[in-house]
Amino acid sequence: MNNTLWGMEITAEQLLTGFGDTLYMVALSLLFSVVIGLPLGILLVITRNGHILENKWVFNVLNPVINILRSVPFIILLVALIPFTRFVVGTAIGTNAAIVPLIFYAAPYIARLVENSLLEVDKGIIEAAEAMGATTWQIIFRFLIPEGLSSLVLTFTTATIGLVGASAMAGAVGAGGVGDLALSYGYQRFDTMTMIVTVAALVVIVQLLQSTGNIVSKKIRRR
Amino acid sequence: MIEFQNVKKRYESKKQTVEALKGIDLIVEKGDIFGVVGYSGAGKSTLIRLVNLLERPSEGEILVNGKALTSLKPKDLRAEKKKIGMIFQHFNLLNSKTVFDNVAMPLILSGTPVKEIQTRVNELLEFVGLLGKAKNYPEQLSGGQKQRIGIARALATNPSILLCDEATSALDPQTTSAVLQLLKKVNQEYNITILLITHEMSVIREICNKVAVMEGGRIVEQGPVFDVFAKPQTEIAQNFVRTVIHDEIPKSFKSQAAGNPIIWKINFIGANSGKPLLSTVAKQFDVDLNVLSANISEIQETPFGNLIIEVTGEESEIKKAYDYIQAENILVQEVRIHE
Repeated sequence: MNNTLWGMEITAEQLLTGFGDTLYMVALSLLFSVVIGLPLGILLVITRNGHILENKWVFNVLNPVINILRSVPFIILLVALIPFTRFVVGTAIGTNAAIVPLIFYAAPYIARLVENSLLEVDKGIIEAAEAMGATTWQIIFRFLIPEGLSSLVLTFTTATIGLVGASAMAGAVGAGGVGDLALSYGYQRFDTMTMIVTVAALVVIVQLLQSTGNIVSKKIRRR
Repeated sequence: MIEFQNVKKRYESKKQTVEALKGIDLIVEKGDIFGVVGYSGAGKSTLIRLVNLLERPSEGEILVNGKALTSLKPKDLRAEKKKIGMIFQHFNLLNSKTVFDNVAMPLILSGTPVKEIQTRVNELLEFVGLLGKAKNYPEQLSGGQKQRIGIARALATNPSILLCDEATSALDPQTTSAVLQLLKKVNQEYNITILLITHEMSVIREICNKVAVMEGGRIVEQGPVFDVFAKPQTEIAQNFVRTVIHDEIPKSFKSQAAGNPIIWKINFIGANSGKPLLSTVAKQFDVDLNVLSANISEIQETPFGNLIIEVTGEESEIKKAYDYIQAENILVQEVRIHE
């Protein structure tokens, strides 16, 4: 029982590695999910009826696809995607392998959240942009995104926290992370102390993320 | 400048088709401050949005500076839109940007060099009297100040036309007046043609030179503001005029009047309003005049008065007095409490 901490069955190194793994998984999957989800969310807004790039086809295909992906429970997504993950990453086990289903989980979620944030932007502002003779790109990058940015920051905060939660389940494919420690030591081996410490660690992570998100969002809003 | 040729606009949905504009013919000439007045739902909002194609007409043609915008390619259309400024009821400023950046936006979109933007924005902010607010955010400004910023932004690209969509409807009367004076200054100093829509006849009276009255998707009456105020033809125009010029027989008089007294409504226009009409009539004819209501207002810098008087005396004398007034080229009309 070398290097154990506060009577836990896991070592401080294990805990630190867990932190590292969680951070790695969340950061990487967040990055890819935003890259995919943000444009999809923008498309959902601008292709809807009466908006700047109204397109029934794009909207009516995108909308249900996102709903379907969002309705699959993450643990099932994790397993169902194993062949695809193996094809992309080369293996279906480990931290890198967990990132693929995490992206499938978070990208549609982010698309939906981005949609909600950008729908909040006053239509009058888009109208003013159109009256100024702005191009579609200019409307998106000079009007829609800056006006929705404060709300978008909160959106990404929510998505990040969602990913922290989902990454705990990624232990099912041997991905590691703080959540995995909580499940495999705290829950399955009845190691109460590990359970408490890991859950407390997750609470701290989530709190930090939310507070940072709130502060940044407020700063952008400048109200 | 702006010409509507039998323009129709329909909104079609699965359930029903709503015809918002049922054939609009309208000409706004260079230098005009043209006001369109109507109740909500009359179609005036649709009308103004058709000018810069925020909405597309279902039928008919709209010419702006001689060009039919509907037939332009997207790129050319965007270029034309830069010659048409627009301000809105709710200002539509970017809350995430400073006052300076808001005014600079149209210039940024056109890729204007930074130095030029600096000069132009400062010039515009000075014109609207808000140079000191350059670094503020819209939320720190009052409604009137926000509309001034809206005006500055609309003028940034040196447009030849300014569209005002209920620009003062969200403002209190005093602020409204100040913003209207600023619009007048825009019209006079930059020679910018203004098309505005409003539901307030007082706005029309204060700055417009021409007016169109809309009802149910049609223009029911139009002409120089003075003419419409002096002789409104349609009932709706009369109602609108009555909101700013009170020419009703006072209620208290109506309820107390014995019998059916003879009442004259007299309109003075321009130079006429300076004449001592009543005392002349009272001296020359054997009639008594009792003033029930009188007011003089200015429309287009021309005095416009109306007077309601009760006339008593011999029938023949009354007739002579009536003829005298008419001969003086003054509009007089006999009205009765009971028809």
